[in-house]
Amino acid sequence: MANKLVAALTDLGHRVTSALWRLGFASRFLLMILVYSGTSLRRFHLTIREIYFSGVMSLIIILVSGLFVGMVLGLQGYDTLERYGSSSALGVLVALSLVRELGPVVAALLFASRAGSAITAEIGLMKATEQLSAMEMMAVNPIARVVAPRFWAGVLSMPLLAALFSAMGIFGGYLVGVRLIGVDAGSFWSQMQASVDFREDIVNGVIKSIVFGIIISWIAVFEGYDAEPTAEGVSGATTRTVVTSSLAVLAADFILTAFMFRGA
Amino acid sequence: MNRAALDLWVGIFVAIGLGALLFLGLKVGNLTFASTGETYQLHAKFDNIGGLKVRAPVKSAGVVVGRVSEIKFDPVAYVAVVTMQIDKRYRFPRDTFATINTSGLLGEQYVSFEVGGDSVMLKNGDFIKKTQSAVVLEKLISQFLFSNKTAGSGDNAQK
Repeated sequence: MANKLVAALTDLGHRVTSALWRLGFASRFLLMILVYSGTSLRRFHLTIREIYFSGVMSLIIILVSGLFVGMVLGLQGYDTLERYGSSSALGVLVALSLVRELGPVVAALLFASRAGSAITAEIGLMKATEQLSAMEMMAVNPIARVVAPRFWAGVLSMPLLAALFSAMGIFGGYLVGVRLIGVDAGSFWSQMQASVDFREDIVNGVIKSIVFGIIISWIAVFEGYDAEPTAEGVSGATTRTVVTSSLAVLAADFILTAFMFRGA
Repeated sequence: MNRAALDLWVGIFVAIGLGALLFLGLKVGNLTFASTGETYQLHAKFDNIGGLKVRAPVKSAGVVVGRVSEIKFDPVAYVAVVTMQIDKRYRFPRDTFATINTSGLLGEQYVSFEVGGDSVMLKNGDFIKKTQSAVVLEKLISQFLFSNKTAGSGDNAQK
């Protein structure tokens, strides 16, 4: 009995210390990325290559999901607003929910599963096949050559993808609301323009998506770099990337929203 | 994939991404009203501001001419002091009449200027003398109900 209790306590302590150890290593790793990112910015084609793989390749999924999310918002919003006889406010509802919340958050979740997992798997496999060690042998810093370009590509791609998601969603809401259901196009756009503020809504949305980009890229490159160099290790790290970065994005979204939209 | 094609695709991606941001800024956010343009301050005292909020528009003849920048409570006179930033291009006479209106039945509240005929213009920091408080819908309904009750019995009997 006592033995079991001691074992359980030891296990708990071990889990806590290893979680703290990983957090500390992840923070040190972020600092190293920032220190060595000079190379990736000077040899910018490395970063451009990664923007292609994480940003451009995510375009289709972002655009299609944005369109569908906007169309669903148009249908649901019309259904609810019509009960209060204010269906002309549909544009406001679609635009504000996309620009403030859904654009940055859903685009970040899609980006985490589409690009974050790929980054982790790639770096993890490089580690498993000892390519990273080989680079060190040749006096090439793997953080500067492999990790930092992927990190910056994620940070740069995320705001653009979120803006595309929002724009596509507003277009989808316009298609369903104005073209399909027949809300007046003039009031759809003019009420939207009257209530969406550039600084308060759009810039805050962009700030959110930059923060999410940092979070996802950081977690993705860290999990890849920290992965056990085995097949199971890489697959586990890929899963952890998606789970951890999705949770981190949602938690960060709550904190950012509490700061940004408290007074309004 | 060679480097030129890669650059092209990334270029397209960045261009449409920035295009989306521009679309959000211009078409959705309506970045035309000069938010950092030259403004001057006017104050007005209201007995009741209803649901007026900071950043609410100030309109004259329906055109947005400024924004509410601050709402304070005057602890001496027990009235609300509303501070407004007005676009420098627009000057208003000293006997301008400020009212708090509602756009639509459930819309947001805004300050409306009805322009008088005085030849002296309001300067930075001036108080608007003539104001009218917000119309509180509940008060209006209760007034209507009470006035109907006194005359209502006779109306019903006629029907």
